[in-house]
Parts: sequence; C-alpha cells; structure tokens
Amino acid sequence: MKLNRRDLLGLEELSREEVELILTTANSFREISERPIRKVPALRGKTIVNLFLEPSTRTRSSFELAAKRLSADTVNISASSSSILKGETLLDTARNLQAMKIDAVVIRHASPGAPAFLASKLAVPVINGGDGIHEHPTQGLLDLLTIRDKKGEIEGLKVLIVGDITHSRVARSDIFGLSKLGAEVRVCGPSTLIPREIEKLGVRVHYNIEEALINADVVIVLRLQIERQKGRLVPSVREYRNLFMITQERLSLAKEGTLLMHPGPINRGIELDQEAADSAQSVILDQVTNGIAIRMAILYLLIGVHP
Amino acid sequence: MSKRKEIKLLDEEALRRTITRISHEILERNRGVEGIALIGIRTRGAFIAERLANIIERTEGKRPLLGILDITLYRDDLCTIGEKPIVHATEIPFDVNQKVIVLVDDVLYTGRTVRAALDAIMDFGRPKRVELAVLMDRGYRELPIRADYAGRELSITQNEVVLVRISEVDGVDEVVIKELDETE
Repeated sequence: MKLNRRDLLGLEELSREEVELILTTANSFREISERPIRKVPALRGKTIVNLFLEPSTRTRSSFELAAKRLSADTVNISASSSSILKGETLLDTARNLQAMKIDAVVIRHASPGAPAFLASKLAVPVINGGDGIHEHPTQGLLDLLTIRDKKGEIEGLKVLIVGDITHSRVARSDIFGLSKLGAEVRVCGPSTLIPREIEKLGVRVHYNIEEALINADVVIVLRLQIERQKGRLVPSVREYRNLFMITQERLSLAKEGTLLMHPGPINRGIELDQEAADSAQSVILDQVTNGIAIRMAILYLLIGVHP
Repeated sequence: MSKRKEIKLLDEEALRRTITRISHEILERNRGVEGIALIGIRTRGAFIAERLANIIERTEGKRPLLGILDITLYRDDLCTIGEKPIVHATEIPFDVNQKVIVLVDDVLYTGRTVRAALDAIMDFGRPKRVELAVLMDRGYRELPIRADYAGRELSITQNEVVLVRISEVDGVDEVVIKELDETE
C-alpha cells in the first residue's frame, strides 16, 4: 500500500485507503515522541523547507518538529524575512530553493491553490500547510486521528462543525476527510458564514446551535476569524457569542462523552468559553500532539519515494 | 513459481522444542529471569519472543519483560527502496537502562536488521548488555554480528531462502528451505 501521489494538496482528492494508510502510519509514529531520544533516522540527510507566507505558530513548529524527529534538516522561511518582501515571485523563490537541492516544501499561503501551483512547477513533493480558504489537509488528518483514537471508529459518528464555515480551510478538510471515512457531518453557524450549496458535500446545515448539538459525538469549534469579519458578516462579536459560543451548558445537549475539538488558536469567550475549553471533554491538546505524528507520517510517506 | 521446491526443516513439534531450548539457554546464561527483557523484532520475531516469555514464565514462575520493535525507520535502504514499508508501532513498555536485552528474530542473514535494531534500542537508553536470539542462522553476514542463541545454524546458498512460519501470522508452525527461481 502506498500514497498514489507526489504531493499532499488536500484531502478532497485522497482515496479512503490513502487516508487510512496515513492514519495507521501516524499512529505508529506517536510513540517516537514519548521516547527519551525523540528521533529516528528515517529521513537522515533530507532537507525540508517550511515556506510560511502567513502567520503560524502551531503548524509551522509542528512541521519543524516532525521533520527533526525524523532526522531531516529544516529551513524556515517566513514572509517578513524573505526576498518576497523585495518583490520576488513565489515561483522564483521556489525555483531558487529547488536549486539548493531540497527534498520537500511545506507551504502556507493566503491564496487558495498556491501549493498546487508550486507542485506543478517543482520536482519535489509539495505539502499544503494551509492555503487561504481552500484546505488544511494535515489539520484535517490530525482531527481524524484524534477522533479515531478516542472513539475507536469514525464510521457512523455524528460530527458537528461550528462557526465560520465559509472562510475555514479546516472545515473543508474536515468535511472531506470525515465523509470519506463514513462520518455524518453537520455544520452550524450564522447563515452569512455558511457557503451556499454546501449540502452538495454531503453535510447537513443547521442555523440553531441547540438543535445542531443533539446527539453529536464530536463537536469541532472553529475560530471566529475576527480579522476576516471586516465585511460585517456577523453584526457583532457579542451577538455571535450569544448565539453560537460553545459553553458547558450547550455541550450537555450533545451525546454523553462528546469530544470537544478546536484547531487553535482559541478566542476564549468568543467561540468557546473558558470552562468548556478546559473541560474533561476537550481534546484540544491531544490534537496538537497528534499533529506531529500526522506530519511525520506525511513526510515519511512522501519524501524519497520519487527520486 | 511452481518449480520451487520446499524442504521442511522443522515441523511444529521440532519448532516448539527449539524455542524451548533457546529459552533454557537464555535462563542458564543469565542465571534466571531477573533483569532480562526480551524484545522481538516485528513481525515474526515478536511472536517468537512472546513464546519464549511464556515458556520462561512457566519454568521460572516469573515473566520476563517483553517488548516489540519495528525497525523500519532504522533501515539503511529506506530511501533507496521504491515503496515505503508500512510502519508498525514499537512497544517497549519498560526502561531499558541496566537491563539485559535479548533481541529476538526469526532468521539471521546479512545482519542489517540486527544493526538497525541495535541502533533503535540505543535510542531508548543504555542497556547493560544486548544478546541476540534467532531461530535460524543462515550465514552470509554483511556486518560483524553474531547470534548468542541460535535454533539451527545452516549453510545454504544465496539461491535459497529460509522461511520461518509462525501460526499467528502464517497459520502454521514450521521452518522450510525454499529454492528461489532464477527470475526472483
């Protein structure tokens, strides 16, 4: 069994078997981060470039740690410290990196499709670390790993995604991944933040949070991207909080033992209240731990296969 | 394919006796079970290690520590083989420091698997000593590695292969020698 691709651009195009291979591999990698020496020699001598052209703490450090725990060398490039400030195009940046003999590029970019563009121009694997509102495949995969780990199986679970679905690449990757593995996905949020025709992806749409929570096995709360609300898509943060914030009280409407997830960073007291975020149901930090294992699995499966 | 001949070396009973003998040798050399940890190399080594642990528990009244090692990530050919092997979990649920580790595998051939396993174990700590137990030592080493306990020592050509079949994986307990086709 193998990944039938050179790049990881999104979960939409992956087969169920490929998703399962990644999850199985990641599950084996989790133990490495528990060892006294958290490093295996699998990617010794390989170089991975983290090209992060949008702010990121979690994803960038997670990719960096994943690479280091596989003994690969990493180079981090961020927009503020690179030649992009001097007007270099993305393609020129990438070609220059390739000329330095690297083995993979992880890219985060504000424009949907930037990783696909890069992949079409480079000979080495390109891994999407989040591209605009398109996809964030490794986040989707780490959510799947966390759910599978806690619930045993994903098939048949009722998973609710709450928040700004329109602008969320996490929601899109989650929807593709969860549906592929047979979960029943619901989305809930203000009508202005739910894309039209999203039902075509096989999800159910709710506008009332209390209704949406009924019988949910998993609740994924999205960050309200305050920086993207300039267009007045929600009347006020206060109204959003009143109508959609996940509280302990609201969470009690879901199935007993429901998992509470959030891709981070959390706006405490806006989409998620303090008490719920730190409750026993919250697996938010497990998501972060699993993120490293998922990224190790992706790097392992993609690098060095296509010489 | 059909022209390949199989010669049976050990049947179920003989395999059981061999594993029993190795377990006694381990106990004899180490004067009991104290401080011993068996670590089986996936896939078949893990099951052989478990059987050794069962026999030792029966004879000594105490079970040795038992772990499983997947050496895939330590292979020296990982980046030159076409398809990445599936990685299974390593489970070493004890502290290896100051332990006598007995590495267990089914067949000892080039020694490269054992080299990888040694490197992996060193990443878990500093054992007092590492010993190697194999069911079949077929010779033709490519590295300076030897077995402390061997079920059988064979000297066969490189056109032949020793197959250890373990019921948990293969549905049957036996060891056979098989000739390889010219094309293989």
